[in-house]
Amino acid sequence: MFSGFDATVLARMQFAFTVSFHFIFPAFSIGLASYLAVLEGLWLKTGKALYLDLFRYWLKIFAVAFAMGVVSGLVMSYQFGTNWSVFSDKAGGVIGPLMAYEVLTAFFLEAGFLGVMLFGMGRVGKGLHFAATLMVALGTFISAFWILSVNSWMQTPTGYEIGPGGQFLPGPSWAAIIFNPSFPYRLVHTVIAAYLTTALAVGAVGAWHLLRDRQNAHARKMFSMAMWMAALVAPVQIFAGDAHGLNTLEHQPAKVMAMEGHYQSHPHGAPLYLFGIPDDRTQTLRYAIAIPKASSLILKHDPDAPLAGLDTIAPDKRPPVWIVFWSFRVMVGLGFAMLGLGLWSLFARARKKLYDWPWLHRAALVMGPSGFVAVIAGWVTTEVGRQPYTVYGLLTTAESRSPIAAPAVAASLLAFILVYCAVFGIGVWYILKLMNQGAHPHETGPEQDERAPIRSAGITPGPHQHAAIEEMGEDSGAGAVT
Amino acid sequence: MMVNFDLATVWAFIIAFAVLMYVVMDGFDLGIGILFPFYRPGAERDQAMNAIAPVWDGNETWLVLGGGGLFAAFPLAYAIVLPATYPLMIAMLLGLVFRGVAFEFRWRDPRHQRFWDRAFFAGSLVAAMAQGMTLGALLQGVHVEGRAYAGGWLDWLSPYSLLTGAGVVVGYALLGACWLAIKVEGDAQTRAFRHARAAALATLLAMAAVSLATPFLGQQYFARWFHMPLLIALAPVPVATVSVAVLLWRALGRREEWPPFLYALALFGLGAIGLGVSMWPYVVPQSVTIWQAAAPERSQVFMLIGVGLVMPLILAYTGWAYWVFRGKVGEHGYH
Repeated sequence: MFSGFDATVLARMQFAFTVSFHFIFPAFSIGLASYLAVLEGLWLKTGKALYLDLFRYWLKIFAVAFAMGVVSGLVMSYQFGTNWSVFSDKAGGVIGPLMAYEVLTAFFLEAGFLGVMLFGMGRVGKGLHFAATLMVALGTFISAFWILSVNSWMQTPTGYEIGPGGQFLPGPSWAAIIFNPSFPYRLVHTVIAAYLTTALAVGAVGAWHLLRDRQNAHARKMFSMAMWMAALVAPVQIFAGDAHGLNTLEHQPAKVMAMEGHYQSHPHGAPLYLFGIPDDRTQTLRYAIAIPKASSLILKHDPDAPLAGLDTIAPDKRPPVWIVFWSFRVMVGLGFAMLGLGLWSLFARARKKLYDWPWLHRAALVMGPSGFVAVIAGWVTTEVGRQPYTVYGLLTTAESRSPIAAPAVAASLLAFILVYCAVFGIGVWYILKLMNQGAHPHETGPEQDERAPIRSAGITPGPHQHAAIEEMGEDSGAGAVT
Repeated sequence: MMVNFDLATVWAFIIAFAVLMYVVMDGFDLGIGILFPFYRPGAERDQAMNAIAPVWDGNETWLVLGGGGLFAAFPLAYAIVLPATYPLMIAMLLGLVFRGVAFEFRWRDPRHQRFWDRAFFAGSLVAAMAQGMTLGALLQGVHVEGRAYAGGWLDWLSPYSLLTGAGVVVGYALLGACWLAIKVEGDAQTRAFRHARAAALATLLAMAAVSLATPFLGQQYFARWFHMPLLIALAPVPVATVSVAVLLWRALGRREEWPPFLYALALFGLGAIGLGVSMWPYVVPQSVTIWQAAAPERSQVFMLIGVGLVMPLILAYTGWAYWVFRGKVGEHGYH
């Protein structure tokens, strides 16, 4: 099946496949963990049972998504060694400690408090339970911090020294490594992306249930919260993305050339290509539709500013343009569609039609998966755009690979594809099923599902615990559901 | 065999600690997975699952620390060991995928619960076997040239690695059965004690077989163990192992709840000491020492600060999470 590829291409395909699949889950769980913390906080503050229902409802979905994130993430922590052992040997002294900090400060935090968050509501006080939820949310953010620092260092390496064997060694300052030039931009852009992704998914679930019943109080609350998020955060994200792009122009100009489809240099103002079919063989953009000088205006804030093209880069150091050009357009296009949805919702809100405008709900439903697509497209843009390097400008991808023969890499790639598509496909199906069910008054938590009333119990036997949880919900939210 | 407490040594002990923590903690929940087919479908399987559901994720994080820590503190070892055991690593990871999702999926889809129960069992078995075989593959030595693995992609497969693989499987089953005996009551507990006895017997046999086979893998192991005066210094290890085995057997016979699990932990601890004695000072046995593989001093110091500050917190809140879910998994409420 993969007989035409060499081992480097296969190893890259394996990394791209496993990391793209993995990234879907944290992109969702980073946002969802914070959303759950907000819902539980609102419940504690207002005592409205509606918030507790929503909390429990999304907690069940979170549990499934988180489990998939954990197991697919475990694979990632070993990918560096299995397929990229030379890279690990060369860069381990610099990025290894950052990843160790991710484990120590993020993974343990998430995992340690997840059990209490999922199954502990009847066993610890409300305050402690809320604290556990906050710790899980904090853990997801800290995890993003470290792993994006690692990724950013590979894109814009600073603070290192080169050892006698060609190894990257840490310089005197770890801050210079951690806070490398692209890290702040990448962190902000990625974390906002995770929040937007979650908001759009939550909004789509709300919209789906509003299309069935406009009076559904739970659906209304979800939809309203999600649309606020989209309206407020989508514009911020566009600015953050722009700033990240300018940072990339400064440090990785070849990536921006590929994103823009600029094979040729433009000494008197570069056009912005809206459409085109990049052809790496002839180094031309065919069927191009362009706005003259607009690219120089965006990137240099001057329509006549010169912009260098890929013709200034050695042929063997150019990234593949086709993928980068199109993944970038998919991401940006979806970003503006999100902005449009957010603005539409503001307009609907002003006209008091937020819950009574089926076309808005249909649009929100269609946009449900757009965050995931945009996140993957953005990831592809940045990762393919930095080719042919793993450590930008210093270590090439081809040099980084393990001494593993192509058949072994191909066999494991095939195994990953089969298992991931089957297992995570089913997992996504379960999530969609839960989403289809919608949130109800007196929503049960994961610890009291029909088949699994107590996921782990101890001092309190089952029925008591069950009753205790019910009581907590009833007490605090008496009559709040309208 | 001199041990100077320089940075690399400290890190060797930290990694060893993380791996041992992983082995005993994920060991008992993998063990419950390995024994899963022996539990009755329905309430008994639900209970077994519930005995580990709130803690499995935390347990597995120690594996990420073991792997990530090895990458960070001994990058050369990570870069050699993973390619050397490539198919085992892939098998372990895929096994862990199946068993990890089964925790959630079996509740989400009652109609296919049997399927996910099987996935839970098979994933646990494959992961445990792969881990045990990795240990065997390391101990028998890997072919290194320069700074890279230079062997074939099936070098890890040998009767010895199959033996260590089987040893880890039955060892995890022992931990799982002992943990379950703490968490359940009645018939299920009776069965757990029975499983624990069988697994204890198998584990002790495997430990004996591995202990007898290892010195004959290479001169180094033989010289290490059968050389005066170290032979006398090490004599307490096998003596203690036999004593703990006897105590474990008696505690199981008396149906005591916590002691068998603690004795099983002690067995693993003694096994780890034995391994440490055999391997020291190599991180890739017989080819790369901890000093050759060590990350730059700045890297190891930076991480040591993190471990020193954060590890006590991790142990504290992990302990708290276990405390929250202490006691028996009730059988009530399933109807």
